[in-house]
Amino acid sequence: MNTTLPPTTGPQPEAPRAAPRPAFTHDWRRIARMGSVAAFGQVFIALSNMPVRLDERLIVKPVLSLGYLVLLILPFAAGYRQGHQIKRENMPVCAPGPNEVVGGFLCGLITGGGLSLLAVLVTHFDLREPLVNWSPVLLDLLSFSNEMWFAVVIWLAIGAGMGAAGGVLRLLGPKSHRVVVTMALAVAGAAVLESLVVDVAEGLGLEPLTDRLYAPRGGVAWPSALGLAAVSGLLAVLGRGRFRQARVRHAQMEGAQRTRANLGLIIATAAVLIVLPLFAGKLTNELLANVGLFVLLALGLNVVVGLAGILDLGYVAFFAVGSYTAAVLTAATSPKIAPEMPWLVALIVVVIITGLVGLFIGAPVIRMRGDYLAIVTLGFGEIIRLLFLSDWLSGWFGGSQGITKIPGAGIFGITEVSGTDPRRVFYLVLAFCVVAIYISWRLERSRLGRAWMAVREDETVAEAMGINTVNVKLLAFVVGAVLGSFSGAIFAAKVGSVFPASFLILVSIVILVVVIFGGMGNIIGVIAGSAVLIGVLGGPKQPGLLAEFSEFKLLIYGALLIWMMLARPEGLIPSVRRTRELRQQEMAQDAWLRGQVDDDDAGGADGPRPAVQP
Amino acid sequence: MTDMQAAAGAAAAGVRQPLLETRRLSVDFGGLKALDDLDLEIYEGEIVSVIGPNGAGKTTLFNAITATVESSDGDIVFEGQSLLGLDPNRVTSSGIARTFQNVRLFANMSVLENVMVSQHCRTKQHAFGALLYTKAFRQEEAEIRQRAEEILGFFGTRLVGYRMDQPAFTLSYANRRRLEIARAMATQPKLILLDEPVAGMNPVESAELTGLIGRLRDEWGFAIVVIEHDMGVVREVSDRVVVLDHGVKIAEGDYADVANDPQVIEAYLGKGAGDP
Repeated sequence: MNTTLPPTTGPQPEAPRAAPRPAFTHDWRRIARMGSVAAFGQVFIALSNMPVRLDERLIVKPVLSLGYLVLLILPFAAGYRQGHQIKRENMPVCAPGPNEVVGGFLCGLITGGGLSLLAVLVTHFDLREPLVNWSPVLLDLLSFSNEMWFAVVIWLAIGAGMGAAGGVLRLLGPKSHRVVVTMALAVAGAAVLESLVVDVAEGLGLEPLTDRLYAPRGGVAWPSALGLAAVSGLLAVLGRGRFRQARVRHAQMEGAQRTRANLGLIIATAAVLIVLPLFAGKLTNELLANVGLFVLLALGLNVVVGLAGILDLGYVAFFAVGSYTAAVLTAATSPKIAPEMPWLVALIVVVIITGLVGLFIGAPVIRMRGDYLAIVTLGFGEIIRLLFLSDWLSGWFGGSQGITKIPGAGIFGITEVSGTDPRRVFYLVLAFCVVAIYISWRLERSRLGRAWMAVREDETVAEAMGINTVNVKLLAFVVGAVLGSFSGAIFAAKVGSVFPASFLILVSIVILVVVIFGGMGNIIGVIAGSAVLIGVLGGPKQPGLLAEFSEFKLLIYGALLIWMMLARPEGLIPSVRRTRELRQQEMAQDAWLRGQVDDDDAGGADGPRPAVQP
Repeated sequence: MTDMQAAAGAAAAGVRQPLLETRRLSVDFGGLKALDDLDLEIYEGEIVSVIGPNGAGKTTLFNAITATVESSDGDIVFEGQSLLGLDPNRVTSSGIARTFQNVRLFANMSVLENVMVSQHCRTKQHAFGALLYTKAFRQEEAEIRQRAEEILGFFGTRLVGYRMDQPAFTLSYANRRRLEIARAMATQPKLILLDEPVAGMNPVESAELTGLIGRLRDEWGFAIVVIEHDMGVVREVSDRVVVLDHGVKIAEGDYADVANDPQVIEAYLGKGAGDP
């Protein structure tokens, strides 16, 4: 929702077009390089056993399963990417032509060659030992239950075909491009969101519709896939890019108009979030509740990392302290003291204790900077977990047995929120998310928020400008800790038991990935990051929409993170500031090219503001 | 000779206490003495230039005063209070602001925010005020903003208007230097330490900034210490010039005296250069 366009980059003038390149003149090394990278990736995916495990999940029944999709996507992407031309200022861009298709074809051919080679190798040599995931099932899958030579030929053909298809995508004008992408996204979206859609449709009494859309054992039935593609394509044609226009218009709005538009969007989102769970079943509500828990955690970490720039790798500590404190205070089975407080009263104590732990951990950590700080926070995250696990404190926290039979969260005696009714959990989480969003939003625009930014920009100078950096950073730590403890307290009431094993270092990493992936420093980005990563792929222990991915979750997290760092380091929905930080030079250059430069010889800012476009 | 001159200066200014005084200040970096028993007094409303060849300890002096480096010996007294052992932010809130030789703005914050955030030590609204959105909070925010705009207005039209909301990195070099000064002004100091304020500027810009330094004293009442290599600027602005070499004060006085001091000429040009 925040501007996707940084303020100084307006619409770029269309680069002049040159004639298409001849079909058989290529940068051969580039093709070879991209093809082999993709081939390596494809072999890696095959040997990670992903295709076999994901073959169960059908995208379009009976044509395409998720397992094949992950194999097919690479030659396609390589073929598409191969046709990419670097745009240089005032240099003509060659119009796409047969060159792109031939290039994509060759690129895909090389990619397919990887799997073909693999098929030959595994048939002639015994590679079971190094390649532990190699199985007859995989060979069967790769060769479509035929002989080895068939696999060799078919993968070369498939690779070349997908690569050429990627090249063809380049040929399409912006309009057809949009239509094709919309159609693909609609089918993929329908397949990925299957359980969600079925669940909600059941609540709304729309089963006949979903029965028609989805095949009995999962996957979009192929006639409906075609129908869906047709309908979405038609909508894209009729829409004529209005959606994108609206987004650009929103990004360019200023002042009161923008506030009004934002308010409208917020109300619409809130309405959906309040009404949707009423019609959704357990599964969806459980999913939404999990996403909400991670939104809370990510918002807290966002204050620490995104606003104050303190790289905290042990954030799970606060989640753990929040959970354990809530558990000890509310559970009757708590080993040492069991005050059996009502949840809301316990929450106050939880906030105080987590805040104190934040101070306690923060005080030594905050004096360090950069890498050292990250390492030390990593250590503290583990220390907290090991303390809960230790024999020394097992009299208090139950050691590895943890604390069980934690009662649900009673809200003023009106309802009791526990894991058995995920809908109530979701509403509770939603309420706390609203609180957390408000806190982050207000603080960011205050004296404290500015001080955080200054510390992030240049700590030495911030100190020299009269900011007590130690206090300011400690406050960031405490605010982050308190937001994380909300999540912890709800988690304890929801799951009904806490164990040290729930607070592995992995949780810290996942939350950090969510923040980085979504867009550091931006509230909306952080929420989007949680929805995509936790909702679709799943959390450290929570299944997502693509539950089949659970085994490969970390692999995919890693791949996504690397891709994100390369392609869009500012995150999915970046904050303006973060974009500036990462793209300072480019933006300064753009401004210079548009004559927007701050030039002293031009007599300062006396004249009118230079035009945005030449 | 130095003592006599300092005494004369004090007499001319009445029986004023110096605003800032360093007493036998020393800074060691391992075996290197960056500052060696330096005595220095700055009086209210005074513009003092600190000059000297490269490595003379000028910036170290600033760093020692603002507690960025630790002094190994001696004392720094500001308004009768010792600054030793204070954190840099406490030094700033006690009334000493500085700029940096290699411009160090908060590059990704807007021009206005750079000046707003520098009022941190003069404002006091806490997180709770912001969360509850109290009247006091809104009032203070408005004041911070207004003061920031006022300070930016001091530099004419260069930093106001649309430029206020642009990130600091889009500013030209000269404007970045100006914004650094604006930021120092925003901390509401009594004494401003300017570290090579005209370095890298063209002659027109230096002349303008020279005038600005005078106005900083006359209109805002700051005492100013300037480190500067541009002798034209030094002659123009300084009430008094202090010459450092190898961490030792080798001369002090008005520009004409210092410029003809054989020791100064030797420090800059080498032994024997002062002889006809």
